[in-house]
Amino acid sequence: MHDLSINQIIGYVIICGGILFDLFGVLGLVRLPDVYNRLQAATKSVTFGSAGILIGVFVYSGFTALGFKALFCTIFILLTSPVSAHAIAKAAHKAGIKLTDKTVIDLYQQDKSESEESK
Amino acid sequence: MKIETKSRIVVFILSLLVWILITMVFSIPSLVTGLVIALITAIFAGEMLIITERKFLLKRVWFTIEYLFKFTWELIKANFHVAYIVLHPLLPIKPGIVKVKTKLKSDSALTMLANSITLTPGTLTVDIDEKNQVLYVHWIDVKATDIEETTEDVGGRFEKLLEEIFE
Repeated sequence: MHDLSINQIIGYVIICGGILFDLFGVLGLVRLPDVYNRLQAATKSVTFGSAGILIGVFVYSGFTALGFKALFCTIFILLTSPVSAHAIAKAAHKAGIKLTDKTVIDLYQQDKSESEESK
Repeated sequence: MKIETKSRIVVFILSLLVWILITMVFSIPSLVTGLVIALITAIFAGEMLIITERKFLLKRVWFTIEYLFKFTWELIKANFHVAYIVLHPLLPIKPGIVKVKTKLKSDSALTMLANSITLTPGTLTVDIDEKNQVLYVHWIDVKATDIEETTEDVGGRFEKLLEEIFE
């Protein structure tokens, strides 16, 4: 075993945490019923998990070129992944993909059909 | 100074800073390359960053820091919430799409609000109706359907802070 410095150990721990949350995200993708619920799991867990892995890389390598690249990637992931989730959710609803049977309310559909009727 | 010029200067400085940080090479050729690239970026895409004239307020910096802490905390909570749902054998979900009112008007504030809602526990923004100032939010565990209550539950956490930061 190599000698690891303290920041490398912390980095490894954060990376492992990130991978764990990525795993939860994947489980969510498999287990949850419809597109929208799956997107919930995918955006939250995968954003946090990937950000965790990248921050782990930053802690591991310190203030080097690699570390700063990881940090910038974290910022970009946090900014872009919710936007893509909105786009997918809106597109799915537009394409008429049904919500799961467990759904209790869909005000979006109501408002859409109301505005179509008034036209 | 014209606002476009100001925006270009900010973009130039930011892109030069990013270049220096991601290369971490302080030789003359590398810095010159960075300068040239930052200049090109500033010329072609520089006018898009700052579009409204605003005063610089220390208060705003403070609220940004507060927002970042709150956001990180909510993100961590959201992840444990997802983990709980996913690992629960019965999948305790009660999904639905609800409406959330917002007072925010500017594009950047609305974008940040939608992003924050998506990354907080159980909610995902589906669409924005800018005319009626309504956000359509997919909620994995619907607790209220009334627009006032959902506004308080979903959007209220961030709305005040974002209003201070962006408007």
